[in-house]
Parts: sequence; structure tokens; C-alpha cells
Amino acid sequence: MGKRSVIPFGPQHPVLPEPIHIDLVIEDEKVVEAIPSVGFIHRGLESLVDRRDYNQMTYVVERTCGICSFQHGMGYCEAMEHVFGVEVPARAKYLRTIWAELGRIHSHLLWLGLLADGFGYENLFYQCWRVREKILDMQEMTSGGRLIFSVNKVGGVIKDIDKEKLDIILKTIDEVEAELETIKDTFLLDYSVQSRLQGVGIVTKEQAHDLGAAGPFARASGIKTDMRKLGYAAYPDLDFEPIVSATGDSYARCYCRIMEIFQSIDLLRQAIAKIPNETDLFTPVKGNPDGEYFMRVEQPRGEAVYYVKASGKPYLDRFRVRTPTFANLPGLCEMLKNTQLSDVGLLVLTIDPCISCTER
Amino acid sequence: MSVLKYAPEALKNLFKPPVTTKYPFEPAVYPEGARGHIEIDIDDCIGCGMCVRSCPCGTLSVDKMAGTWSIDRFDCIACGYCVEKCPKKCLHMIEGYQTPGVKEGAVTYTKSPEQLEKDRIAREEQAKKAAAAKAAAAAKAAEAKAAAAPSGIEQAAAKKL
Repeated sequence: MGKRSVIPFGPQHPVLPEPIHIDLVIEDEKVVEAIPSVGFIHRGLESLVDRRDYNQMTYVVERTCGICSFQHGMGYCEAMEHVFGVEVPARAKYLRTIWAELGRIHSHLLWLGLLADGFGYENLFYQCWRVREKILDMQEMTSGGRLIFSVNKVGGVIKDIDKEKLDIILKTIDEVEAELETIKDTFLLDYSVQSRLQGVGIVTKEQAHDLGAAGPFARASGIKTDMRKLGYAAYPDLDFEPIVSATGDSYARCYCRIMEIFQSIDLLRQAIAKIPNETDLFTPVKGNPDGEYFMRVEQPRGEAVYYVKASGKPYLDRFRVRTPTFANLPGLCEMLKNTQLSDVGLLVLTIDPCISCTER
Repeated sequence: MSVLKYAPEALKNLFKPPVTTKYPFEPAVYPEGARGHIEIDIDDCIGCGMCVRSCPCGTLSVDKMAGTWSIDRFDCIACGYCVEKCPKKCLHMIEGYQTPGVKEGAVTYTKSPEQLEKDRIAREEQAKKAAAAKAAAAAKAAEAKAAAAPSGIEQAAAKKL
């Protein structure tokens, strides 16, 4: 048994631009314990509910995170719609699905690029982000913002995507799919990539379940969980199955996310084929909200929970977001035990941490 | 295997121009409807303050009497909620981001002197109309009171009898 010492990881670390601090207790080169601490970028977005009315909060909630911004806005709006008891027009539901899946593709491509950067494959990193740029252009073309969509509204959506733009999306996702096929092979079949990912940071199904893991992190450990199956937006009309891997190592997480991009492309095609021709984009809501609701949506990083409580005033009484990274942090700390110090940066990346979301 | 796979890609990249553009030496291309920044047709503004009340980050301010509208560009999140709320539709979301600012603080847009004069005349006319309406209403009320008073006396007289 070697001498124990503590090495700080973060809040500034090359593998991820966001501030998370982990105290790594190490013995020789092996990590024995990992103690996380967050709180470097807390902005107090949840407490803004007592100063911003429920419509303004749509824009505030959306800015919780830059990557899954649409899903944040959608989760909040769905929760508020349940409080008001309004039904969203069918076209708005499909539009939300299309935007959510575009967001998922770009988020996963971003993560794949960061992963490639994490294990030192710079070329692959650029390839991923070049493909991602096409998706960002689609987002800017349809919503007006590259990352922050601002198209959600309590009751529906503000903007429509017309037929020509839907055709452009279809054409672009065909190109993206073709480029992804090459990238996929490199991630999944390349010897050097496999040597960095396979068998590293294994989380068993029981551990993932007990530690409350969410999203691709849980699915990579064999837990078949996907909040889209709960049936919000247009997901009940679309045909898909959660992508699950049994091994629970870093390679499995990479595999799950790559396959989810293909799944999202398939969902986009299904949604665009089935989108109804309606002119109504939102149902007007009247009065002030009264009641409470618990909404769960599947973000690119996993399950996000939105709790809203209102009592007949324009300002909500309470608003709470539980983000997937927060759920995955216990799993991360368990995963880091008994790994090599040189793998820590990569392993932190494999849960796809989003610290801005976590601290809000 | 992967070396061979990426060889055509590498060769192509040798002769292809870069994917990125040399902004600001080349102009950036924005799609139609991109949320860049907010502009105002200040002469159409009625100073109602709906934009100020709707703004989630409190970056706008309006002075109705002075005919000014101010925005702190550093605080604006370009969400477009004020554009949606404006009753006169004089706020617009323009494509393209603004050039970097050189100093902090709000930018103030003031109405043209002609428009300010027009507004002043309109306000005075409105005030006159309101005063006339008030006077008419007061006269009507007094008339009604006068008409109602004799009946009151009659009623009192009837009671006495």
C-alpha cells in the first residue's frame, strides 16, 4: 500500500471548459476516492421566479444551459401547460420534437468531439465539430438562434418550419448521416480508440441503478430508461426503442451516444414525414397559473425534472430543475474509484458533464 | 485500416479551402429570421412601455414625454419577447450581430423633432378633448342632479302630508 495524497482536478482543466472541482485521493497512480464540489458558477436562476412572470421565465429557463437549451424551455413549457390544462396543437408538438432531436444530435456530436479531444485524437475532434456545424446551421435557419432557440411559449411554439426548410433539414441529415458513418467506424473500430475506452470506468447495472444514474450513462450500463417513452411532445407517435449496452464501460457510453445520433436522425425523418398541416401553433392561455406539476423530459444527457408550483399569481411560487449531470455525479465518483489518474479526465467526460445546468 | 480510410479525406483537405470563413474580413452570412439584435422605428413608438415590462433582463427603458427609448446592448439576451409584445410593431429583430461596443451603458434613441412636435400637438389635443369631455360629463351630472332634486322635494312634501 502506497502513500495517499490528494490531487485537485479542476475547476480549470483542459478536458472540459466548465468548472467542476474533484479532490482525487490517490495511492501511487491509482484513484482511491473522489470528492466532488460544485458551486463555481451558481447564477440563481431558480430564484428569479419571484421577479419574472411565468412567460418571461420561459426565456430564463432556456438559458440554464447552452447545449440543451431547447429541451429546458420545452420541459418548463410542458409543465406549465399541464398546470394550465391546455392541449398543445399537434403541429407544435411535432415542431418541438424536431427541434429537440436536432438539439440531441448537436449535443452528442459536441460530446464526441470533446471525447476525441480528451483521448488526444485532434483530427477526429475537428471532424465531429465540422459535422455539428451543419446541424447548428439548421437550428439557426429554423429558429433564428444557433444554440438558444427562444421558440417555446407556454401553450405551443412561436415559429413554424415551412415545407422548404423541412426539405433542407432532410437533405442535411442525409449528408450528416453519411459523414457520421465514417466517424462511427473510427470511434468504434479503431484500435487506439478502443485501447483508451474499452474496460475503463466500468459501472455495473446495479451500481448505476443504486446511484440513480440517468440518460446514456445509465443506458450504457444496461438500464433501459428513456423519458421520451413517457410520451410528451410527439414521441408517442414515433417508433423507437432506447439504445442499451450491457458492458457499462467508456466504450459502451460512446457506443450509446453514437447510436442515439442515428436514432435521432431516424426520429427526425419520422417526424417530418408525419407532421400535420395545421396553422395553429399555440393554444392561448388565460389568467394566472394555479397548481403544481412534475415534468420529466429526456435531455441529451439524461432525465431532467422540472417542478413548478403556482398559486394564482403571475409569479410562480417555486421552480426547480433537477438536471441529468446532477444525477450522474454520484455515479461518476463511484466510477473514478480504482482507475488510473491519467484516465480521470476522460472518465469525467464520459458522463457528458454540464456544470452550468447542474448549478443553474 | 483507418489510415487508408482517411487518406482520401486528407488529400481532399489539402486542396480544399477551409470550412471556416475569415470574419470580419469576409462578411458573415445570416439566414433569414436570425435573431441578431433589436432595432426600433422610434417615430412609430407610442411609449406605452410594454417592451420594458416584458423584458426578462430589464435592459430597456422608455420615456414617453421625452420621446426616448434606450437599450443596454450588453444586457440584452435577444430573446425577442419585446418584439412579440410591441403593440405598434415598431420593434424589429434584425439579422446579424452588432459590432463590439466601445463603452458600456445604454444606447438611447430619440424621436425626430418633427415627430416630437406632432406628439406634443396630439397630446394637447387629447388633453383638450379630455377636459371638454370631463366638463360635459360634469354638466350632465349637474343637470341630472337638478332634474332629480324637485322630485326629492315633492317626495318630502308628500311624506309631510
